[in-house]
Amino acid sequence: MSTREEIDLDAVPVRRLNRLLQGRDGTRQAGSFDVRNPRGRHALAAGLVDPIDVVIHGHAGYYCAGMNQQARVTVAGNAGTGVAENMMSGEVRVHGDASQSAGAAAWGGLLTIGGDASARCGISMKGIEIVVGGSVGHMTGFMAQAGCLVVCGDAGAAFGDSLYEAELYVLGKVESLGADCVEKDMDDRHVARIEDLLGRAGFAADAGAFRRYGSARQLYHFRIDNAAAY
Amino acid sequence: MTGDRPPRTSATFPPHVIAEIHRAAGQGIYSIRGGGARRPLPTFDDLVFLGASVSRYPLEGYRERCGTDVTIGTRFASKPVTLKIPITIAGMSFGALSANAKRALGLGASAAGTSTTTGDGGMTEEEREASDILVYQYLPSRYGMTPDQLRRADAIEVVIGQGAKPGGGGMLLGQKVSERVADMRVLPPGIDQRSASRHPDWTGPDDLEIKIRELREITDWEKPVYVKVGATRTGYDVALAVKAGADAVVVDGMQAGTAATQDVFIEDVGIPTLPAVRLAVDALKELDMHRKVQLIVSGGIRTGADVAKALALGADAVSIGVAALMALNCNAPLWPEDYAALGVSPGHCDRCETGRCPVGITTQDPVLERRLDPEEGGRRVRNYLATLAMECQTLARACGKSHVHNLEPEDLVALTLEAAAMARVPLAGTNWIPGWSR
Repeated sequence: MSTREEIDLDAVPVRRLNRLLQGRDGTRQAGSFDVRNPRGRHALAAGLVDPIDVVIHGHAGYYCAGMNQQARVTVAGNAGTGVAENMMSGEVRVHGDASQSAGAAAWGGLLTIGGDASARCGISMKGIEIVVGGSVGHMTGFMAQAGCLVVCGDAGAAFGDSLYEAELYVLGKVESLGADCVEKDMDDRHVARIEDLLGRAGFAADAGAFRRYGSARQLYHFRIDNAAAY
Repeated sequence: MTGDRPPRTSATFPPHVIAEIHRAAGQGIYSIRGGGARRPLPTFDDLVFLGASVSRYPLEGYRERCGTDVTIGTRFASKPVTLKIPITIAGMSFGALSANAKRALGLGASAAGTSTTTGDGGMTEEEREASDILVYQYLPSRYGMTPDQLRRADAIEVVIGQGAKPGGGGMLLGQKVSERVADMRVLPPGIDQRSASRHPDWTGPDDLEIKIRELREITDWEKPVYVKVGATRTGYDVALAVKAGADAVVVDGMQAGTAATQDVFIEDVGIPTLPAVRLAVDALKELDMHRKVQLIVSGGIRTGADVAKALALGADAVSIGVAALMALNCNAPLWPEDYAALGVSPGHCDRCETGRCPVGITTQDPVLERRLDPEEGGRRVRNYLATLAMECQTLARACGKSHVHNLEPEDLVALTLEAAAMARVPLAGTNWIPGWSR
């Protein structure tokens, strides 16, 4: 039977929590951790490097699980700005809503958000996979470089603005597309990818009903004829 | 009789303005170039030192010790960095610069006992291996930014702006986005890469405070965290950086160089380094943080006199970029035919954006890059840094100082009204500081 270690943030500072989870005592960490009374504190479970399991029971502040590597972090509540920013690998799961810049600039791993994500979800993403059960705010996918974003609800204005090679999928309505973002055809490979991501995220939706968006690649080089696009 | 008059150049439309209008009309796009501001500006050249005499006595120029060391990051970092000289190498990216150039800068800085800095695109193995003290830039694009590299750095520099283009993002034109550069940045090779001008996950000073705390949590509160700003509203920016928890603030004046950006940005945005130093020092003093949060000044530093004057005005260290590249032979009269192919001549080249650097510094072309031997380049950078330090010591000893940080504004007077007002030192031969005294 596996044991779970409990950390009460009303009794222990964030500094000590992160040192423990990061294995700063010199030993590689393993195991499972329950974090109680997070109360929106910032940088919870940031900079983890080992394949540990962390459940944060409540709401997290900014940069929860920032720069995560290998760990599985669950927020049983809402997450503030920049959840899983710059994540390299592992998995971050938010049961509630996420504030802006969820998964920003992240290279890998899986981020799932049960509720809505605010503005700039997936901004500058570099390979992460993001699945949002609800809707996303404006400028989502701005300058998204690589990876995949699946939105089961609607998308706000300027969706996918100036994106590069990331793949974006939306089930609901898109308020408007950003510069150089266009709708693209769906084929079986795309449906299979959505099914895979929905399955790993634990969300139920008709993969065949999503629409795919990507870069028109018209702004990859400076041309005066494109000046009006900005 | 008008034909007898000698031609008179228009002050409103001098030849370079006419040429730019012709170019814009032909190409329909702004001019992009490398380098720094070409316009004349008030500079450290407009200040002179008051050497010791009867009222103050000097140190023996060749015998008495004059310290040059500086420690950065004493406010919060558990592992501050100590430099033997108060002159660092500024952030310049692999991509803008060749790998050989980055290695040469690292070797030179290490030999001189100082730090060098990464840039957009992350850390290369060459520069990490060559640099004893490496500052890791944390930029809006986050190109190449990984937590493993962050932990391998000796300090972290959160870049909010740079002097050549405050308010603008980086730019790397497609000819320099090689397979290696593209791979590090997760971008398609050959595209014109335009970096973001704002960080993707924070805006404003309150967010910055939380971001700095996250960086410290991830790096175990070991590393000094610098905040770099382009010089504009310098007093406010420095104060807010201090409030946000910076260990050091880097203020980059408008003379600072870039590998590529719009000419209008380089020439028309920001304030010169000279007033920026004074504004930054004022802000630190107001917060009782002078010498507690270190101030690093950059933008147009070329000589040991520039270094000494910046320190006398209150900086803890300076940083050099373009001048360090010149130590690597930037603009040297080598390969004249290749300068000609760029439409320039040695001494006037600022075509870094083309990637066709004749001396192998700002290029990703393997043939051009081989023209720069990193070992020889490292020696040249070391020599140059040593010269700057010795010149700075020479001036400090002449003013009677046993450490370069003992230089003070009272050791300086200004030669022009503008410099007197901006540096807030008296006009030479008077007690007058325009705007501050009668």
